[in-house]
Amino acid sequence: MKVVLPGPLLSYTEKREVEAIGATLGELLVDLDRQYPGLRFRVLDEQDRLRSHVRFFVNGEQVRDPRHRLLPTDDVQIVQALSGG
Amino acid sequence: MAQTTKRKAGRTRRAPRPARARSGGRVVVLVATRKGAWLYHGDASRRAWRADGPHFLGHIIQHVVLDPRDGRTLLAAAKTGHLGPTIFRSTDLGRSWKEAAQPPAFAKAPEGQKGRAVDHTFWLTPCHASEPDAWYAGTSPQGLFRSDDGGVTWEPLPGLNDNAQYRTYMGDEQGGTPDGPKLHSVIVDPRNPAHLYMAMSSGGVHESRDKGRSWTPLVQGMEVVESFDPANIAFHDPHCVRLCPSDPDRLYQQNHCGIYRLDRPSTTWTRIGRSMPEKVGDIGFPMVVHPRDQDTAWVFPMDGTRVWPRTSPGGIPAVYVTRNGGGSWKRLTSGLPERQAWWTVKRQAMTGDAQDPVGLYLGTTSGEVWASRDEGNRWTRLASNLPEIYAVEAGELR
Repeated sequence: MKVVLPGPLLSYTEKREVEAIGATLGELLVDLDRQYPGLRFRVLDEQDRLRSHVRFFVNGEQVRDPRHRLLPTDDVQIVQALSGG
Repeated sequence: MAQTTKRKAGRTRRAPRPARARSGGRVVVLVATRKGAWLYHGDASRRAWRADGPHFLGHIIQHVVLDPRDGRTLLAAAKTGHLGPTIFRSTDLGRSWKEAAQPPAFAKAPEGQKGRAVDHTFWLTPCHASEPDAWYAGTSPQGLFRSDDGGVTWEPLPGLNDNAQYRTYMGDEQGGTPDGPKLHSVIVDPRNPAHLYMAMSSGGVHESRDKGRSWTPLVQGMEVVESFDPANIAFHDPHCVRLCPSDPDRLYQQNHCGIYRLDRPSTTWTRIGRSMPEKVGDIGFPMVVHPRDQDTAWVFPMDGTRVWPRTSPGGIPAVYVTRNGGGSWKRLTSGLPERQAWWTVKRQAMTGDAQDPVGLYLGTTSGEVWASRDEGNRWTRLASNLPEIYAVEAGELR
């Protein structure tokens, strides 16, 4: 499925859109980490919780649970969520 | 070398100073900031500095350390505002960096329990000279991690991180410093790689004699905030602890409640900050020790009154040096701003090199780096207009 990434992750992928697979959001991140080592830990902590300033949207709807099930036709977007200087 | 002569209470002694004990390497000053890292390469006289940076522009860099065992390898503790923490490593003095394959991370908690997550790596310490690829990392929230492969993979030390008693010392997210409780001042005894010290802010000073498998509090003599119970380890707030290379049995400490010295095997700290001028006080963050003279140490006092502004008292920055183990202190201000300079120098942001005379370097929250080539007698501005400075280290290149 298509995954759209935020600027802070471009150092891993060098492109905004990538393809990855996974039956859940968590599995999708495992596949992204396989392709781009180190990426998963930057967005998901060691307790499998989403980092504070990262948000996930699946088909435009915000998803907070890594166990959220995905379909191959889903569009996933990872966005940064930070304010302040 | 360790001193074996016994000390009498209230007396200090000076080890013979080797004449012109320069190690020969050019000095590089490593500056970690809220928005990236800079390396300043000094010429042989330490008068001219070449800026190299920014590295990791936009990253929050808590600490950059040059490995003294090879004089080439750099480790940097990084995160961004959005992303989780990691470690970067360079073996070519920052021309290229490679991310750790397994950054410091706590063990996964059993199902149904709330586990801890590393917010950022705060402190990096190279291990003993006999362990060339080994490093320790202290984190926020408090945790201790070790790498045995040069910083590529990191493992938690369960003897501390999962120790139920020590977890009570660490407190919760509200119990630490404003940007998170920290484990810092990881010190390896140069005579024995199994003998470690570390400090937690808050959470006390601690010692291990078995490479971090078990720990013992070392807080006797340390004061806590008025009305709190010093018997409660969690209330102790060491800001920075340093071991003297010329006498590894001597430790100095800048604490939330004063400046201290400890001479092992004693386990009782002495508050040597009582001899500081009363109007300045003995509150601060950093502590710097002389590489060859265990009676010499430097501090940078801050305003710890009322709401704790944590700026230079009166807006007049001043370094204080003791040449007699804390018996007395001398104010060093030549070259520093004389008024309206409301800096803070954080606990990792003041250091010394190993040259003779010793060079001192301090970084400010206002983004300036100040340097002294003569042990603090005269200061000049090495860099300005940087982001808020979190850490300054000095290394010698080979």
